[in-house]
Amino acid sequence: MAFTSRAEVGETGASGTLHTAPTVSGCGTSLPPMSAVPLQILAPSGDAAGSIDTAELRDLYAAMIEARAYDTKASAMQRQGRLATYSPFEGQEAAQIGAASALEPQDWLVATYRDAAAMWFHGYPWAALFLGRTGDERGGAPPAEVNVLPSSITVGGHMIHAVGIGWAQILKGTGAVAMTMFGDGATSEGDFHEAMNFAAVYSTPTVFFCENNGWAISMPRERQTVSETIASKAVAYGMPSALVDGNDVVAVRRAAVEAVARARAGSGPTLIEAVTYRLGPHTTTDDAARYRHDDDVDAWRKRDPVDRVRRYLEAQGAWDGAWQAELVDGAARRIEEAVADAEAVPALGAGEIFDGMFHSPTTALEHQRALLLEEIES
Amino acid sequence: MTVRNLAQAVNSALDLALLSPDVVLLGQDVGTTGGVFRVSDGLQAKYGSDRVIDTPVAESGIVGAAFGMAIAGMRPIAELQFMGFSYPAFDQVISHVSRIRNRSHHRFTAPLVIRIPYGAGIGAAEHHSESAEAIYVHTPGLKVVVPATPYDAKGLLLAAVADPDPVVFLEPIRAYRAVKEDVPDEPYAVPLGVARTEREGTDVTLVTYGAMERDTRAAADELAASGISTEVIDLRTLAPLDTATIIGSVDKTGRAVVVQEGPRTAGVAAEVVAQIQEHALYSLLAPVERVTGWDTVVPLRRAEHQYVPDAARIVAAARRTLAA
Repeated sequence: MAFTSRAEVGETGASGTLHTAPTVSGCGTSLPPMSAVPLQILAPSGDAAGSIDTAELRDLYAAMIEARAYDTKASAMQRQGRLATYSPFEGQEAAQIGAASALEPQDWLVATYRDAAAMWFHGYPWAALFLGRTGDERGGAPPAEVNVLPSSITVGGHMIHAVGIGWAQILKGTGAVAMTMFGDGATSEGDFHEAMNFAAVYSTPTVFFCENNGWAISMPRERQTVSETIASKAVAYGMPSALVDGNDVVAVRRAAVEAVARARAGSGPTLIEAVTYRLGPHTTTDDAARYRHDDDVDAWRKRDPVDRVRRYLEAQGAWDGAWQAELVDGAARRIEEAVADAEAVPALGAGEIFDGMFHSPTTALEHQRALLLEEIES
Repeated sequence: MTVRNLAQAVNSALDLALLSPDVVLLGQDVGTTGGVFRVSDGLQAKYGSDRVIDTPVAESGIVGAAFGMAIAGMRPIAELQFMGFSYPAFDQVISHVSRIRNRSHHRFTAPLVIRIPYGAGIGAAEHHSESAEAIYVHTPGLKVVVPATPYDAKGLLLAAVADPDPVVFLEPIRAYRAVKEDVPDEPYAVPLGVARTEREGTDVTLVTYGAMERDTRAAADELAASGISTEVIDLRTLAPLDTATIIGSVDKTGRAVVVQEGPRTAGVAAEVVAQIQEHALYSLLAPVERVTGWDTVVPLRRAEHQYVPDAARIVAAARRTLAA
């Protein structure tokens, strides 16, 4: 069996640039050259190119620790039969936390089944995420003030929702923006094209955040598209883009903050490609060994998004073992509390499955509910 | 009160709906040209291009964007030009629009209206003549509305815009300009889920909707001329179905003919027949008849008449129930 290796992400040093949309002035407009080297500020070694706000980075680090605790717990619970299928995000913590950190509370997040870290960071409670994974629609209901949609399970159809939500912000004059997260595989869906085009045509305040994690189940990024980068696809829509090291939370956050600011200022959408790697399987039902080598995974573990932050902070004197223990213990406690909260919710009662379809159940649904209850009671 | 055809009645409803700042109309060519059937004529000039929005050619994008707007508190009205062009948007409809309330346990809802002109009888190109309403009726979480008259078109559309759930609003193309009647200028709602008894009768119930309502009336007139009393029920809403009105009528007449333009197998008529046999079997004096389109692609102009049911077919079916 032939395996495809992933293209290496730049190891050190700041590189890459924000690509701005060309000014269209008729035929013959020359486009700026696309750099295929992702922007990196914090290298895997922990060396930084440029100044970093240490206090801010400590907060991002704490969030990544907590997200990883959730991810580990969820995978374990699935193996124990306590959760339905789970889709781990290990390795993508920097991409998700960095991107979500650019949002304000009034902003919207429209993400996928692998984006629990981002959803949580933007306010979706761990307990609701666990509840959803137990197999309960009520996990799809975050608190009223949290503008995060329940994750999209189909691939690609949700990106246009962030366009419509952003569009509504223009019409309502709220100043809020909408971010949508999706994988490299989703960019092959026709829906990606329609969403990017609508967003550009109507200049909606939408941030397209692609977590290029190398794999769409078994399909490697290299065979998903022959474009050198996913970021380069923005050129066709007249949209600015950025290519960042998705395992560098500082670089991701910087690109996301710029894109969110541009959207909020009324200057329209941006495509960000964060180059990262799915360290785990597609889901708990997937066997990644069927299509990729452990060597590839090991190489990416050396570029772990959490470790590099620790190295940097330690070198700055802003990390020690006691703080680490405090973070790990605190995260574990909150995750366990969330699990307990989720598992304390009793399953929907007999016949309650009819209540979710409409504002008020129709006569037909009431009739069907009666049939079901009759069946259950007999 | 103004005499309006169905297209003008829809225009009047849109005009009134757009008075709410939460309502926008979006679709291909709905603005500058007023839509391919001129249903939204004049509305962009009145409400502006950010409220009556000409979109790129992308049905999935139109419905998906409207869905996002609805999530964020708007009341968008999306137009798809023909039912045969609605299929690219069907993923948005069945995967998201119809489900978000259930997926989020009422936390997020999608109160949008998707307007789709449908039906044959104008000799159009392929894909321009479809009656695929059964696909939408079969999708849990949707309301499906089909007006037959100008009065109902306006009232049902205003009710659809106000409804807290997504509504697929089907507009019968060949009825757009076929009938005129007095339509109030002011807003009013015709409630969803309630059928209209077009005429009361005693011998046979004719169940119909949309463009077939006119042919059914013609059939009822012809039957009346030979002394047969028909009760004509215009369903108006296909989901949820007003089963009580159908059953009440069949209990009275003991005979029924169900008329639909769409393909025969697993259509709306099949559901109506199933409801009748579940709830009114012992009232029946004859097998229930179906008058439908066939399980074929709608034939192009020269053979279209072989497909679309007409009054003669309905009369023949009614006579069979009376002969049984």
